[in-house]
This record gives sequence, C-alpha cells and structure tokens, in this order.
Amino acid sequence: MHREDFPMLKNDIIYLDNGATSLKPQCVIAKQVDYYENYSANAHRGDYDISYKVDMEYENTRDLVRDFIGAKRKEEIVFTSGTTDSMNLIVTGFFSNILEPGDEILLTKMEHASNIMPWFRIAGQTGAVIKYIPLDENYFVTLDNVKKSITPNTKVISLAEITNVIGDKRPIKEITEYAHERDIFVVVDGAQSVPHKKIDVSETDIDFLAFSAHKMLGPTGVGVLYAKYELMQNIEPVNLGGGMNESFDSPEKMVLKEVPTRFEAGTPNIAGVIGLGEAIRYLNKIGMNNIEKYEKNLRNYLIEKLVVIPHIDILNLEADSGIITFNVEGLFSEDVAYFLNKYGICVRAGNHCAKLTKDVLGVTNSIRVSLYFYNTESEIDSLVELLKDKDKIMKEML
Amino acid sequence: MDQEVRRELILEHFQNPLNKEEINDASYKKINTKNPNCIDNLDISILFTDNVIKDIKFVGEACAISTASTSIMIKNLIGKTLKEAKDYINNFYHMCNEEEYDEEVLNEALAFQDIYKQNNRKNCALLPYKGILKAIEEYENK
Repeated sequence: MHREDFPMLKNDIIYLDNGATSLKPQCVIAKQVDYYENYSANAHRGDYDISYKVDMEYENTRDLVRDFIGAKRKEEIVFTSGTTDSMNLIVTGFFSNILEPGDEILLTKMEHASNIMPWFRIAGQTGAVIKYIPLDENYFVTLDNVKKSITPNTKVISLAEITNVIGDKRPIKEITEYAHERDIFVVVDGAQSVPHKKIDVSETDIDFLAFSAHKMLGPTGVGVLYAKYELMQNIEPVNLGGGMNESFDSPEKMVLKEVPTRFEAGTPNIAGVIGLGEAIRYLNKIGMNNIEKYEKNLRNYLIEKLVVIPHIDILNLEADSGIITFNVEGLFSEDVAYFLNKYGICVRAGNHCAKLTKDVLGVTNSIRVSLYFYNTESEIDSLVELLKDKDKIMKEML
Repeated sequence: MDQEVRRELILEHFQNPLNKEEINDASYKKINTKNPNCIDNLDISILFTDNVIKDIKFVGEACAISTASTSIMIKNLIGKTLKEAKDYINNFYHMCNEEEYDEEVLNEALAFQDIYKQNNRKNCALLPYKGILKAIEEYENK
C-alpha cells in the first residue's frame, strides 16, 4: 500500500531489505529539503526568525516521538545518531556507573551486535557477568525462560523487542513486570519493532528504549533514546561540549543543561530530526496497527508459498513479524542473494550482524527477507518464482 | 575457455571441493583469510618443505566463487616451488585485474577469466590468493 509515495519504488527494484533500512516517502525527503532551502539555521540559537523556526520544528519532533511511543514527558526523548548510539549511551552513560562485580546482565544469543558489544565491554570493565536467556525450540524468548534465568544478581535484561534474524516478538510487558518486581532494569532494542508495530512505553513500563529513524521511513543518522525521566537524571553524558552546558569555569565548575539537552552536545542532525518528525506524521496517518496487520498477512502469504518448496529451509517458520529467514539447500546465502539481485530483488544475506546466532541456529548465514507495508503480493510472487527453480539459481548465481 | 565449461568447473569445485579438510599438524602453516564486506572466511594450512609447497588443506565457509577458487588454487599449487607458485599467483591476479596473463600457467583457474567484469565477486575469487601470499611471505621472512 501507498507505493506511490515512495520515489525509490519508481526504480525497477523489489526492495525486501527493510530490516536493514527502509525507503523514504516523498514527504520525508521534501521536509528535509525544505529545511535546507528555507530555514537552514542552527538549533537552540533563536535570535532570528529562521533559527526560531528550527527550534520549533526540532522540538516538535520530540513531541511527536513522545506521543508515538507513549512516553509521559518529552524530556524522556533524546536524539542520537541511531540505535547503536542510543545503546552505547545507555550502557556507558548509565550502567557503567551502577554495575558491580558479579552483577548479571541478561541477554540472548539472538541479539544484534549493538545490543551485545557495549555490554561485553562494560562487563570487562565492571566485573559484571553476561548471561544468556535460553531460547525455546523456535528460538523464541519465553517468559518462563526469563524467569529461570533470573538470579538474585541479575541487574538488567536487555532484549530486542523483535530480533533482526528470527523476528519473534518478545513478551516485553510480561518480562518487564516480572523484572521490576525484582528491581531489575529492562532495556529494549526497538530497531526492528518501533517501525512495525504500536509501541507504548507507559504500558510496557520498560526503562530504556533505543531505535533508529532510518528503519521507519526517516533519514539516516538519527535515532532516539527513551529513558524514564527519573533514570535519565542519572545518565552521564558521553559527549561534552557546545549546546549541552549552562556554564563552565574550571574542571570543578561545569554546569550542564537539563535533560534531555545535556545529551545532545554539538550541532545535532537537524534536518534528520525534522525528517523523522515527518516520518512519524506519515506513519500515524497510515496507523501502526494497520501496518502490523498488513505485514503479518504478507508474511503468511510468503510463508505459504515457501514451505512447499522442498529445497527451501525456513529458519523462523513460527515467527510473526515481517522477517523471514531461510536458506536454499546446498547453496551459500550470498550466492542466492547475488542471483536475486540479477532480477532487481534486494535481500540480505549473511549473519545479519548477529554473530552469536550461529551457536543457537547451527548455521552461520542465511537469506533474510524483511517486509514493509509498501511491499506487495505480486513482489512476493516474483521472488518465489525465482526461488522455486534451483537449477536456474545454480546456473545464474555465478 | 567456453562459458559453459567454466560454469561447470566452478560448480564442481564448489560442490565437491578438493583438499577441504581439517588438519591439526604443527608442521603446517595456518593462515586465515576473509573479506571485510562479506562473510567468506577461510582457514588455509600449508606445508612448506625446502621452498616447495608440499600440501595445502582448507576449511571454512565461503560462497561458490570463493570455495571453487580455493579448491582450484590448491590443486594448482601443490608441488610447486615458491618461485613457480608466485608466478602462478601473479598470473591469476593479472587475469582478475584485466591485465596480460599466461593462460597455460593458470589451466583450471581460467574458470575465472571473466570475473573482472563483476567487481563485487572479484574479491571472492582472490580471497584464497590473498591468504596464500601472506603465508608465503611469512614463510620466506621467518
């Protein structure tokens, strides 16, 4: 649906790599161009009209984000450069100050590098220990397995709401409720969920959320960190400099601005943030529940056609997001992606930045199709038609 | 070499690679070679004796082009002196870079004679060669 809004779709491609990044609607592109053409000034310097307009638009996006994810206050929204940046700020700025030797950090082996590597480093620095929640036979996280993994030493659980390889939707609300009864923090990597389903941080009660604009129709180089207001007060800024300080006289006398401004040192990605605002307006018009439903139907449509192809091994048959991961028997995933590329079909092959998954899945790489609402059944038909014919793949993959 | 023959050769070496086996022998020199932009990742073990390549084995995972290129390279290199080996490797690089090369030296490796046309796959074909060059260099500088 809404294909006419996306200039990229006028090119002759079938874009099925939305887990990596999404395409941008014309309105998001235009909104950024408008900034550069008509009020291209810096933020937080409202001494003249166009600079004032920048502040209005920039802060308006903060309101839009607050509303979009159901946060209580706009001060709980920090603009970052992306999910990775947000995760690093959470881990370095908050958890490095509270973790002690022997404290346990609960992750899964399905997490993306940006929800693993910052924790690895901090574990080394603080003496905290990384533990992995066991996955069920579908590689899903169950509340039961979370409960079994929690010990008196557990300090934080950090999970993707939807993983980028298996694409299962984790029971975040239930996990958070159980964790909070035991004073355990919950961090959510929302990179793959915020673009595809309704998020309500007040309802799930999570403590931290990280996500990227570019996977939800927005520009690259912008992301969001949500933190509960009272926790945000205890995050130490990683970057110090312009725009985030009240005053500084000596090393002992540095006064920082209030949250969230103190986390946005330097000139921010103004065009990007304003573009994110437009992306949210656009998504709101379509409706996140409609998007989720549409993608689920499209997923089912693809799965029905893939399961009957004998040489296709689907790794996440039971998941219910727009992520479908599979291999063609006897072939290397990148060769298959290369073959599909010859027909203008863009899919991802490899380990999808989740290098621990091999311990669980027993395969180190796979082909990933990740859908968005502008994908169609007819695109799926083209993909399936090509995948059906293994001889053709073998013949043309080189 | 005819295109169909080349394709068959690559597929044959991909599906039934030669010398693809784990070796735990300290007299073999071990080298890892991988491309930064893909997941091809190979461990190559080489037995050098008196400036001759006596044996090579490899393990790891890689695409059809990389796997076939490794299998063919090993087949061609076993038994060669270091001088002959370097000459062969040099010719292979020349072919991949669309420069003059000696067809006779390369024999089955001619399966990749058109690889220069596919910039993103050229690195797949060259992957084992990068590894073996590093190994030879280390052997000579030991």
